[in-house]
Amino acid sequence: MMLGDITRGLRGHPVRPPESGMSRRKSVWTKLRIDPWILLLLLVLMGAGLLVLYSASGQRLETVIAQATRFGLGLVVLMVLARLSPTTLLRWAPLLYGAALAMLIAVEVMGDMGMGAQRWLVIPGVVRFQPSELMKLAMPMMLAAYLCRRELPPKWTDLLVCGLIMAIPVLLIARQPDLGTSLLVICAAVFVILLAGLSWRFIAFLVALAGAALPLLWINMHNYQRQRVLTFLNPESDPLGAGWNIIQSTTAIGSGGLLGKGWLQGTQSQLEFLPERHTDFIVAVLGEEFGLVGMLVVLTLYLLVIVRGLWLANAAQDCFGRLLAGSIVLTFFIYVFVNVGMVSGILPVVGVPLPLVSYGGTSSVTLLAGFGILMSIHAHRRLLPR
Amino acid sequence: MRADPRDAVTRWRPPPTDPLGSGRYILMVALVLIGLGLLAVRIVNLHVIDRSFLQGQGDARTLRTDTIPAHRGMITDRNGEPLAISTPVVSLWVNPQELPEDNIQRLMLAQAMGINLDQLNERLERFSEREFMYLRRMLTPDDAQRVLDLRLPGVYGQNEYRRYYPAGEVAAQLLGVTNVDDQGQEGLELAYQPYLAGTPGQRRVLKDRRGRLVRDLQLLREARPGGDLTLAIDQRLQYMAYRELKAAVTEHGADGGSLVMMDARTGEVLAMANQPSYNPNNRAGIDPRGLRNQAIVDVFEPGSVMKPLAMAAALESGDYRRDTVIDTSPGWMRIDRFTIRDFRNYGELDLAEILEKSSNIGMSRIVLELDETAVPDKYRQLGLGQSPETGYPGESTGTLPAPTRWSRSQRAALSYGYGMSVSTLQLASAYTAIANQGERLSPSLLKLEEPPTSTPAIDPAVAYDLLRIMEESVQPTTGGRRAAVPGYRVAGKTGTVRKTAAGGYAEDAYRSVFAGIAPVSDPRIVTVVMIDHPRAGEYYGGAVAAPVFSRVVGSALRLLDVPPDQRSEPVEVDQQALEPIPP
Repeated sequence: MMLGDITRGLRGHPVRPPESGMSRRKSVWTKLRIDPWILLLLLVLMGAGLLVLYSASGQRLETVIAQATRFGLGLVVLMVLARLSPTTLLRWAPLLYGAALAMLIAVEVMGDMGMGAQRWLVIPGVVRFQPSELMKLAMPMMLAAYLCRRELPPKWTDLLVCGLIMAIPVLLIARQPDLGTSLLVICAAVFVILLAGLSWRFIAFLVALAGAALPLLWINMHNYQRQRVLTFLNPESDPLGAGWNIIQSTTAIGSGGLLGKGWLQGTQSQLEFLPERHTDFIVAVLGEEFGLVGMLVVLTLYLLVIVRGLWLANAAQDCFGRLLAGSIVLTFFIYVFVNVGMVSGILPVVGVPLPLVSYGGTSSVTLLAGFGILMSIHAHRRLLPR
Repeated sequence: MRADPRDAVTRWRPPPTDPLGSGRYILMVALVLIGLGLLAVRIVNLHVIDRSFLQGQGDARTLRTDTIPAHRGMITDRNGEPLAISTPVVSLWVNPQELPEDNIQRLMLAQAMGINLDQLNERLERFSEREFMYLRRMLTPDDAQRVLDLRLPGVYGQNEYRRYYPAGEVAAQLLGVTNVDDQGQEGLELAYQPYLAGTPGQRRVLKDRRGRLVRDLQLLREARPGGDLTLAIDQRLQYMAYRELKAAVTEHGADGGSLVMMDARTGEVLAMANQPSYNPNNRAGIDPRGLRNQAIVDVFEPGSVMKPLAMAAALESGDYRRDTVIDTSPGWMRIDRFTIRDFRNYGELDLAEILEKSSNIGMSRIVLELDETAVPDKYRQLGLGQSPETGYPGESTGTLPAPTRWSRSQRAALSYGYGMSVSTLQLASAYTAIANQGERLSPSLLKLEEPPTSTPAIDPAVAYDLLRIMEESVQPTTGGRRAAVPGYRVAGKTGTVRKTAAGGYAEDAYRSVFAGIAPVSDPRIVTVVMIDHPRAGEYYGGAVAAPVFSRVVGSALRLLDVPPDQRSEPVEVDQQALEPIPP
């Protein structure tokens, strides 16, 4: 075990003295309850992200500074959450979920229109944020908290309740409309349920149900969402309109070659041929300027974060921590998969950012908060009595 | 639900073999690996396998081949004076998609261009769906820079060349014009378009999505400027000829006119003027008639100016000499069913007098004695009815009938210039045979670098005699007296032609013509003046066209430094005692 023993407990548990010099050297991380490997990987990713962002934003330093500020805020949140006990999270889960749900309803009623979609909640002069981001964390916490009070594996009735817990906020988010976030929230929820030991039969049933629900989904989609799916299936059908994004992004990636055109040298991205180049499509800039090598390095970094994260999650000994930590890490994977898959043209265009690289405030903070929770779960894995 | 959440945490502990524990995690790791593997495969695909295609696509979006406009060649007169020059200008265009809606900025734009804001907005409205709209073409670089300095988004400049014609209306038809894209449309600009235009250059550039130039990558081909064209005309003579022609057309209330002056030794066209004309630098509201280069393009029945040429055939036959006498009494004669008349009954005339009095009966009597094809053959040798081959677009060949059997009336009519048509230029070229010892010179609109092309058309001795016979027609007592040039011996022939009208000849519409050669002792220039339908009273060739000839040729000879060949001052003649000028 990398971190050595826990030296300090919660709620007045007796502090055990350090056992060896080795463990003293690592005790800084232990004290902070931070996993240094994940932190290091995240910092490298964020650094790479800022580098690409500088190029993708048309070399606007203000954008990079704004992003770095959010990273700073996110890291503070990460450290704070890492110090919180999972027990506290467990206790607060219903509260958090209820608050997020309330805010989603508030957005539905009086939300501010941003980018044509109702996503933002504004408390004038104080804060302006997307409640759906909060739901990304509140949802798995709530489900984990619920499932861990029931007998595992979950029974049909439990699943029904879970479905309800999941469906209400997802529908609210989808109505905004924000397909990307609702997808991420669904994934976070589904991963909790999967990890809780859903029977294979039920998984098969759900897949079949999802297949059957596809036409229903199609009917309820906005026109632009349908267009995206159609465009995904055949980008060339409308190369100047809806297919533009995908054609441009694959072109940008492909023209990078093995080593890329060099930082700030990408013609597609620098010359404004690439849409949304500093937000959802930033990976195309990466691909064009740093080539295959650059993209594989970044993907490897993500892989390492995920593997390390799953390792930590698997090390958790309690039900709540195990379900929540796994869901957080796997949702992180979904971010990467959906974003890169979309930009490279194997998935339809869904508004999911590339974690820690795409420009965007709330999602960076949420992601880092998630990793804070992961570290807290890991740090406190042995505190709880078996 | 339990009250203490910690119970939930503590109650469950994963048995080491529990499939719900690590088993699910292994499944998830597999999911992650498959997902990321899929991405990796796709990315490798894009980068390695589709790379060349996608790189080509990428280049297709950014690499552009830009045209570098070539400088159009200059057109100059024979002395290098510019007649058509290209100056750099800037055309301003706007992308209506990028131009801000902001009215203040639009007002600034409108003011800088000197137009009305409403007009600008109205045009922008019409082009609101487009991405390109000309704001104003062909501004001077300074004016354009003033607008570009406003740095309004969506306003761009485009370097071009604009054609400028310093001589304005004076040589407008001969030079022709280019269109707004600098392509020759008329006249010599059209005839020599490939030569003048040169070859545009090309360069490879990097452009962004809005088409703005980002970087110059490579010069593919230098622009090769067009060649300069040196015309045969002498700008000084051209100005003078144009001025006199215009003055005569105005004075006599004529419909128009044309003038051609040819070098009698080379065939180069020294001046070619037309009325009406137009200003090629400002083509708004021009009279379309002014666009025609009548001297080359339009033909007319030449009338009496053909008599010396018909007479050449008679002299060559050997049956006639300068002093052969023909009886023209009683002043009229019937041929077939037509009656030919002279101005009055002249009685017995020798050949010189026939020309001087312009006797139709004298000419008819002569040619009816000749071979029936003698006159038309002579005309053909003189280039009539054939293309003058100047290369000018739309040049006329004129008409010379070639029936299998000639009627007597046709032969007679041909001898005094009816029943055929010629252009002013053709007429001048035919007269060069008389001036140039029987060798007819092909007209050349360009300054000749090589020896002139000529074709033998008249026996040299006959040409010599004819020139002196024609000189008799321009004497102080003759109808051609007003063509005389002080200090120089001049030979020439007047012509007054009834214009054709529907169904025959018009009663009161005439064309006044004068064709002449000077100086007689060593001919230097051949000049033909044609005035179309003078309406102000006088209409005889000797009264309308001859004075133009006199003034133009007099000035031309002095400008060309031709030594005077007439020693004595012309005799004073009592103008009152003179006969009226005959047709």
